[in-house]
Amino acid sequence: MKKLTMLALTSAMVAGTPAMADLVFPSLSYRTGPYAAGGIPFADGYADYFTLLNQRDGGIGGVMTRVPECETAYDTERGVECYESTRGEGALVYQPLSTGITYQLIPRTTADGIPMHTMGYGRTSAANGDVFSHTFNYPANYWDAASVIINQLLEENDGSLEGKTIALLYHNSAYGREPIRTLQTLSEQYGFTLTEIAVDHPGQEQGNQWLQIRRERPDYVVMWGWGVMNQVAVQEAINTRYPMENFIGNWWAGADHDVEQAGAAAAGYRSLNMNRLGDMPVFDAIREHVVDAGLAAGDGSNIGNVLYTRGVYAAFLAAEAARTAQELHGTADIDAAMMRDGMEALVIDAATMEAAGMPGIGPEFSVSCEDHGGTGMAIMQQWDGEQWVTLTDFIAPDDSVTQPLVEEDSAQYAAENGIEPQCADS
Amino acid sequence: MPDQLIFAMEVTFNGLLNGVMYALVALGFVLIFKASGIFNYAQGVMALFAAMTLVGIQEGRVPFAHLINAMFGTHVHEFGWEVPALLAILLTVLVMVAFAYLVQRFVFRHLVGQEPIILFMATIGLAYFLEGVSDLMWGSEIRNLDVGLPQGINDWIDSTTFEALGYGFFIDNLDIAAAVIAAILVMSLIAYSQYTKNGRAMRAVADDHQAALSVGISLNYVWILVWSLAGMVALVAGVMWGSKSGVQFSLSLIALKALPVLMLGGFTSIPGAIVGGLIIGVGEALFEFAVGPLIGGATENWFAYVLALVFLVFRPQGLFGEKIIERV
Repeated sequence: MKKLTMLALTSAMVAGTPAMADLVFPSLSYRTGPYAAGGIPFADGYADYFTLLNQRDGGIGGVMTRVPECETAYDTERGVECYESTRGEGALVYQPLSTGITYQLIPRTTADGIPMHTMGYGRTSAANGDVFSHTFNYPANYWDAASVIINQLLEENDGSLEGKTIALLYHNSAYGREPIRTLQTLSEQYGFTLTEIAVDHPGQEQGNQWLQIRRERPDYVVMWGWGVMNQVAVQEAINTRYPMENFIGNWWAGADHDVEQAGAAAAGYRSLNMNRLGDMPVFDAIREHVVDAGLAAGDGSNIGNVLYTRGVYAAFLAAEAARTAQELHGTADIDAAMMRDGMEALVIDAATMEAAGMPGIGPEFSVSCEDHGGTGMAIMQQWDGEQWVTLTDFIAPDDSVTQPLVEEDSAQYAAENGIEPQCADS
Repeated sequence: MPDQLIFAMEVTFNGLLNGVMYALVALGFVLIFKASGIFNYAQGVMALFAAMTLVGIQEGRVPFAHLINAMFGTHVHEFGWEVPALLAILLTVLVMVAFAYLVQRFVFRHLVGQEPIILFMATIGLAYFLEGVSDLMWGSEIRNLDVGLPQGINDWIDSTTFEALGYGFFIDNLDIAAAVIAAILVMSLIAYSQYTKNGRAMRAVADDHQAALSVGISLNYVWILVWSLAGMVALVAGVMWGSKSGVQFSLSLIALKALPVLMLGGFTSIPGAIVGGLIIGVGEALFEFAVGPLIGGATENWFAYVLALVFLVFRPQGLFGEKIIERV
């Protein structure tokens, strides 16, 4: 009996311990707190895609994946704690989905040799791989987003924004302040007047800010919001009768829940998106292999919405980087250093996206030692009162504006932290 | 009239109406503090919980669906019916009364006679517990709230001020509705406490617990009553704030806006909560209008506390608080 008990205990311990060969993709998610509404669909999409790979393909390169979740509540301190508590599990890459957490993790992940992917958020100048060896922000970053919006407005205004006024309504945080520098540079270049209007965390109150917008009637309002700030801003724009088609959010201000409360009244509101929308074969596969099998991270109701799709896209990019790393190093059992190499050699083309069941979800791009940022392209989408519809093809940013800013900022970071360029031999 | 003056008038009116929204939250704090001496840190979370419950009932959602599904392998999320707004509000009130009973029965009944700091700590625990229960019961997603309240610019005010001043004022219909509802709420509370037996019992307990006990008033009953009333006030605040943003976690943070109102108006005065709310609302709006653009904006949150601190220096008990008399 005693032997049987020992055997059962040992079996339970073995079963409870992750296999050494698991490919570990920690998810620093936030399913609680003021930003949960955005965190939940992203985390669901991220987890479900890896579950799909396990269920349908037997993992990546024959090795099963594992996505341990740690709740950050979008709190920087808790995010760092989550990193510390999960990095020992053989973590291959981190996606903190928070600019504040990203800033704290850049030196830590670099020191620990674990790559971090901050897709469309985080420190923009991390696009310079020469300085930020372990941080990647492909396929686009905030400064690209600012430039893409201005390029689109130039297109709509016959190439000139001279004399126009643009108000930047931003979340008063590291995240919200990121585009200011780029927009200031662009305002000097194109002759428009930029008004910066800050909204304090969490953004529940914006009455004064929208009174100012109503008084000054800028030609366009560009929003860098997240969480409740987005829903309130959309409602205030409707209340003050600001023309919705001139109100443009970045890609974190264009989720379904940002406009659903306002519904049809928000029709016309536009936002960027770094990934294309629409029903894709990958969602059918997730329904079949994940949801129907009772393995979905959520209840399946988020499948196909903006942030779920982005979570799937983020997981796809991580999985493809892992696959690249396996090919590069000739082993399926990769570690964080190999994963970093895979991310730096990543090539995403139409065939890769098609094969993954998400044709054209993002732009084609490749990563290199110097360029960790991708093409910076984004689409413009518009809320038609019931759903988001794609307005444009992928729009390119103006690299001649963003690149010098990236180089200047990263050079400053390198000087402050004594970092030597790492791509000299590549 | 100079443009800046006209704009300042518009900002002032909006500030006053914002102040009413703050006062709505502060009222819940005052009710509980006045009757039991407890500073209820959970008031903001109660607003979130009440609004979440209202929407959940309205949409026919199954409470604790995630838990039920995880435990029994089911896939139930909705009952398949929708409940009219008025009935949903009534059912939510019942839930808040049940919540008041449970809080009293399982928490504060055991803490009678403890130091105020212990009671305060208990409400902190209660806040986090309720936050978790709210998540577990209804989920963390944003819920759309529609109980038929008007929203958007008031056209009559817009056109009238435009004719008179050459600039149409923006006043949100929702803010006007909130002001009317707050006025009705305050008058009802005052009438209830003045002219009903329960109200008189509440006032007696507020004046002196021991004396009230000695004449046969049940402390437990009065506290359940007070927590129920605070729950109803939380529901009103949750509905008002949630109509703008949808019902979501950040509703619980509106309690932070009530603190400067309480510091200013006093913790024991219903009129104090109203006047405090109005002063904070106007003060922060005018400061943001006049000084905000010079110092980067987003001043509302911290300036409200500066304003309250200034008042505290000169009148520590708040504008309407009971005077602190220490006899040696």
